[in-house]
Amino acid sequence: MIAFRYVLVMVVTLAAINAGAAAEKSIVLASTTSVEASGLLANILPQFTARTGITVNVVAQGTGKALDTARRGDADIVLVHDPEAEREFIDEGYSSTVRQIAWNDFIVVGPSSDPAHILGGTDSVKALKAIASARAAFVSRGDRSGTNAAELRLWRVAGRSSEALNPEKWYHDVGGGMGQALNAASALNAYTLTDRATWLNFNNKGSLTIIIEGDPRLINRYDVIELNPRKHGVARLDAAKAFAEWLVSPEGQQAIGAYQVNGQQLFNPSAASPK
Amino acid sequence: MRDFLEIVGLSISVSLAATAVAAAVSLPIGAALAIFPFTGRRLIVVLINAFFGLPPVVVGLVLYLALSRSGPLGFLELLFTPAAMVIAQAILAIPIITALVHRASERAWARYGDELTTDGATRLQALPQILMIIRADLVTAVLAGFGRTVSEVGAIILVGGNIRGLTRTMTTAIALQTSQGDLSLALALGAVLVGISISVSATVFALAGRARTAGSDEV
Repeated sequence: MIAFRYVLVMVVTLAAINAGAAAEKSIVLASTTSVEASGLLANILPQFTARTGITVNVVAQGTGKALDTARRGDADIVLVHDPEAEREFIDEGYSSTVRQIAWNDFIVVGPSSDPAHILGGTDSVKALKAIASARAAFVSRGDRSGTNAAELRLWRVAGRSSEALNPEKWYHDVGGGMGQALNAASALNAYTLTDRATWLNFNNKGSLTIIIEGDPRLINRYDVIELNPRKHGVARLDAAKAFAEWLVSPEGQQAIGAYQVNGQQLFNPSAASPK
Repeated sequence: MRDFLEIVGLSISVSLAATAVAAAVSLPIGAALAIFPFTGRRLIVVLINAFFGLPPVVVGLVLYLALSRSGPLGFLELLFTPAAMVIAQAILAIPIITALVHRASERAWARYGDELTTDGATRLQALPQILMIIRADLVTAVLAGFGRTVSEVGAIILVGGNIRGLTRTMTTAIALQTSQGDLSLALALGAVLVGISISVSATVFALAGRARTAGSDEV
């Protein structure tokens, strides 16, 4: 009797799980935390699925981890935002087709008390230098994400390598996603670099406010990367290609541009004229 | 709201499935370890007890590498599916259930072992009877395993990928909501999770108490 009940429970639960998983066709999209946390994917994916019947399962990681997931063959398509890491990925032969789908910008946010006195500027490098010389608290993602890479590039221009920054007491490497870094910055009254989409969708700002914006160096480009069939060798690449084509199609671009949070557009579609 | 129910449902069904798998493995092994003498038995028991504290994130990482398409079990295509989460949670629950079943079986065997084997019955035939004798403890053991699985996040976020509508459970959703700064939503989900945990413990105590007053053996 007990054995029978076990079998029953097992069958029912497994059936329930399978019902949830039984999609006609599905692909795994390795993406960055910013496109997931901003709510963009949750907003546009149902439109793609309605049109094609293909379900897109999003695994949100930093750009570095997302590319690694694809290298191991665990993703069918990639959507990331770190030009240098992407070039490396292409040079290694994992992909031959990279297309920009949208852009927005990074901003420097920080406490409204603004201990480094940089509020309202547009020069991000000058701002970082001021933060360093004021020894004001700064939170770094420290997770090889696209935002982390962009931050370290700016620091390099400002004359500081990551090796030089890490021992500094005011430089906090939190090793986490964008939201985690914003939570930390909010708690520590620290400055941090964030993409604008995650910032607008973030609900625990505390005393944080936008400090620096509008620097041309702060442009943040999102690329969809199709994988090389010779390296990947999985049949789902057709469905993945359909998704990439949809993202750059007028319909996909329109969906990306239409996504708003509190009346603000988060991503500027740019497939037709890459920035 | 649909999302919310989906998340709660997935959490419970994955944990139930994992607990069922773990129980199916642990019950016979736990009892067998008490009944059959063999060299190295002590070592295995010590190891199982040590695995009580198996760090979920390590289990998740090892399973991730094994299930990756470039890993040894990649052909199964299980990574980022609910099945992968069931496996991870079952691995975490097995030591707990096995150890608890073994402990109870050992006492029951010491007390009834001779009796159960006097009329020519083999030890193998005595095994289900031992499990029958300790059934109250089995409930406790299985529910302890369920408690471990339903509250776990480190392993399933790695092998499940926290995919919306597919592998997002209560614990991984709490991690995500926290990361988006939606602390009140995270807290609400946390309250539901705690509610389920408390219900599980309450059930354990109720069942164990009832079994004891019904005259079951204090093993």
